[in-house]
Amino acid sequence: MSHISPVLWQFLVKWLTNFSLYPPQASKIAPQMDALYFFMVLVSLIGLTIVILLITAFSIMYRQKKHPVPVQIEGSTMLEATWTIIPLGLFLIMFVWGALIYFRVYTPPANAMNIYVVGKQWMWKAEHPGGQHEINSLHIPTGRAVQLTLISQDVFHSFSIPAFRVKREAIPGRYTTVWFEATTPGTYHLFCTQYCGTDHSHMIGDIVVMTPDDFKRWLAGSTSGASLAQNGERLFASLSCSACHNARPDARGPNLANVYGSKLALSNGQSQLADEAFIRDAILNPSQHVTQGYAPIMPTYQGQISEDGVIALVEYIKQLNSDYRIQQTTTTTTLLPESEGKATPAGQKPAGQGMVKQ
Amino acid sequence: MSKEKGLLSWLLTGDHKRIAMLYLISITFFFFIGGALAGLIRLELLTPQSDLMATDTYNKVFSMHGIIMIFFFLVPSVPATIGNFVIPIMVGAKDLALPKVNLLSWYLYVAAGILGLYAMMTGGVDTGWTFTTPLSTHYLNTNVVTTGLAIFIAGFSSIFTGLNFIVTIHKMRCPGMTWFRLPLFVWSNYAASILMVLGTPVLAITLVLVVLERVAGIGVFDPAKGGDPLLFQHLFWFYSHPAVYIMILPGMGVISETVSTFSRKRVFGYTAVAFSSVAIAVFGFFVWAHHMFIMGISNYSMLVFSLLTMLVAVPSAIKIFNWAFTLYKGSITFETPMLYSFGFMGLFTIGGLTGVFLASSGTDIHLTETYFIVAHFHFVMVGGMLMAFLAGVHFWWPKMTGRMYPEKISQLAALITFIGFNFTFFPQFILGTLGMPRRYATYPPEFQVLNVFSTAGATILGVGYLLPILYLTWSLKYGEIAGDNPWQATGLEWQIQSPPLTENFPSIPIMDHEAYDYEWLEGQKEKVASVG
Repeated sequence: MSHISPVLWQFLVKWLTNFSLYPPQASKIAPQMDALYFFMVLVSLIGLTIVILLITAFSIMYRQKKHPVPVQIEGSTMLEATWTIIPLGLFLIMFVWGALIYFRVYTPPANAMNIYVVGKQWMWKAEHPGGQHEINSLHIPTGRAVQLTLISQDVFHSFSIPAFRVKREAIPGRYTTVWFEATTPGTYHLFCTQYCGTDHSHMIGDIVVMTPDDFKRWLAGSTSGASLAQNGERLFASLSCSACHNARPDARGPNLANVYGSKLALSNGQSQLADEAFIRDAILNPSQHVTQGYAPIMPTYQGQISEDGVIALVEYIKQLNSDYRIQQTTTTTTLLPESEGKATPAGQKPAGQGMVKQ
Repeated sequence: MSKEKGLLSWLLTGDHKRIAMLYLISITFFFFIGGALAGLIRLELLTPQSDLMATDTYNKVFSMHGIIMIFFFLVPSVPATIGNFVIPIMVGAKDLALPKVNLLSWYLYVAAGILGLYAMMTGGVDTGWTFTTPLSTHYLNTNVVTTGLAIFIAGFSSIFTGLNFIVTIHKMRCPGMTWFRLPLFVWSNYAASILMVLGTPVLAITLVLVVLERVAGIGVFDPAKGGDPLLFQHLFWFYSHPAVYIMILPGMGVISETVSTFSRKRVFGYTAVAFSSVAIAVFGFFVWAHHMFIMGISNYSMLVFSLLTMLVAVPSAIKIFNWAFTLYKGSITFETPMLYSFGFMGLFTIGGLTGVFLASSGTDIHLTETYFIVAHFHFVMVGGMLMAFLAGVHFWWPKMTGRMYPEKISQLAALITFIGFNFTFFPQFILGTLGMPRRYATYPPEFQVLNVFSTAGATILGVGYLLPILYLTWSLKYGEIAGDNPWQATGLEWQIQSPPLTENFPSIPIMDHEAYDYEWLEGQKEKVASVG
């Protein structure tokens, strides 16, 4: 081996020792997806082998030297049916199996911990409910379902974690979600996989999977002082949202307590589920989302709040499961009977604790 | 072919055969520009860092590689060259139905090509060939409008070719030439023509919308103005998925001709092969959203598009098996077109089967937007279509030029192409499975070895593509005289002189036998012998 240049040799040895055909399996879904992947590899290899065998065998058996006079054959309905039905059956299995995995990847469980991710040219910003935020990295615990709510501030991006076998497009102006449950602590690649301009290939980062204890420590050490919802509350006040959405009987805007997750009757006669996307749209484009019984007087906030700001507001509104703190601070002396009756112990929860739906 | 001399007689010709040659020269020119760009891509990816060029330059290089190869090479490759040359003869006509439209289509192609090159020289474009909004409309300062316009014009060239084929195949068939006596090459080009005529206008409209959005800010795709950024992708893929079939169907037609000719046997399951082309064209229009599984389309649309994509894979499988069984009890020889056809069958099978990985919505999540998809469509487009194109060029070369190409060296070139191709693109399947994203100028170091393999393979592939240019050019002057029917093939084009007369046939032919009727051919030979 002395003839091979040492650089090349090192290179090959290094590669051969690290060689793998698929990335590490670091999430619950990864082995399930790999099972389907290897099933398809197997079927493909068999299919390819059959084609190659047929071509090779016929080429040898019926080469002109050995078989000078061809025998004209029209075809065979039996054979046509065989190679229609068998591939069709196999493809249908792959379709159903694939769809089952697809539903699993994109249907988050109800108790998932939600982290917001904003993509922009050319970085990823993750916002944890506790107010921790990080750029081009994402810290998550093992053994816990984590949902990502993604949005892009400019062009299409795509959030890809090969070790988890998940990927989701971050779309401008629209929330998308994906979830996963990490199984193995370690650091994994995060890639932007949708071409997004100059530094597309630099829009990468690390997914840091930690044990739940390590993760708790990380959260405590990375806190910025205010939770996402507390930031939202400040915005809510500073943008004067509370001037109308104050939960009083004579309020000009609808009461926002418990609005998250409820079915809303809109003035255009439709009813719509108030999820994150709805709340976002209602802030940015209120004239299209007027609640029944209210006048379309809310101004648009399009272009006035950053994507991060909208996320904080959405998170604040989501955890308003009782009266507003704002109401409690500004109107403690004149508590109305109606809001008194609705007060629940949960209403006293400090903002930031109610991030996770239980 | 017309005997007139002089440049003008070529530039003003109405002869479908001359226009085919004009097309052949122009698409070869663009193929080598696109190929040189591919070489630059592979060179940059030799190392994980971006060292040969800045990321912006890399983005332009891969964008222009895609745009040139798809719109200026693959779409017109077989139909506008080989199709243009042989389809009128195959149906027994003296020209295409609309010769002037045919010439116009070439001029549009050239105009589009020059505009595209101008856009490239004056700064280039870095949208990717997919022009994804809002990146293309709001965020890039390159020649998006000029390039969009170039593709818009090229689209009309493609529509005119498709239209001409449809009219010719419907109206110009000679007496006795029923639909089921047409060679399968005609069927597959007919199917591709329908896709061209119905799909290309949608691309044209979409590009106009992109230009208007850029220039006038109309906001159709802009969420800030109430537009829908996903709408662009629906429109774009409504053309660009069928476009894949526009590119591959004519290639499939070539394979039907070559496999039959070099096995001296009629195509196994003629009707199944013919209808599978039509099935691909019909189903091909209803699969576009499989490009968008991870973009938040509803679960129901995912189910529909995934299922339909599975269905469109079946006709391709039918074709592969029918070609394989055409060999059964044939009398096979291994001239260059046959070697390329075998290459096509193997590589297209891999390309098709890996397409199923992407049609299955679950695995698509992991594999889409990675090198897996790059490898998949290069197996279909380069391993499949380019092999078929080369098979066709070698197969009809004697008919087009009257000269034989040199057999031994071209067999070698076919082998080199096959080996180089696998070396280049197979490692990319593994890269994609490992998660390497496409369109990356830089990548994590652990992906380097596979990228080195791929680049090494590309150099072999480059040799495989340069060889034919050299020996085919050489053969124009020094090649053996081919004669009318060097392959003993049954098609009408082989029963006339090489190269054919301007009006193709001395008198209108009458078709009195099935396609691929080798017994009829034997009878003809005996007749000639007894008369002689």
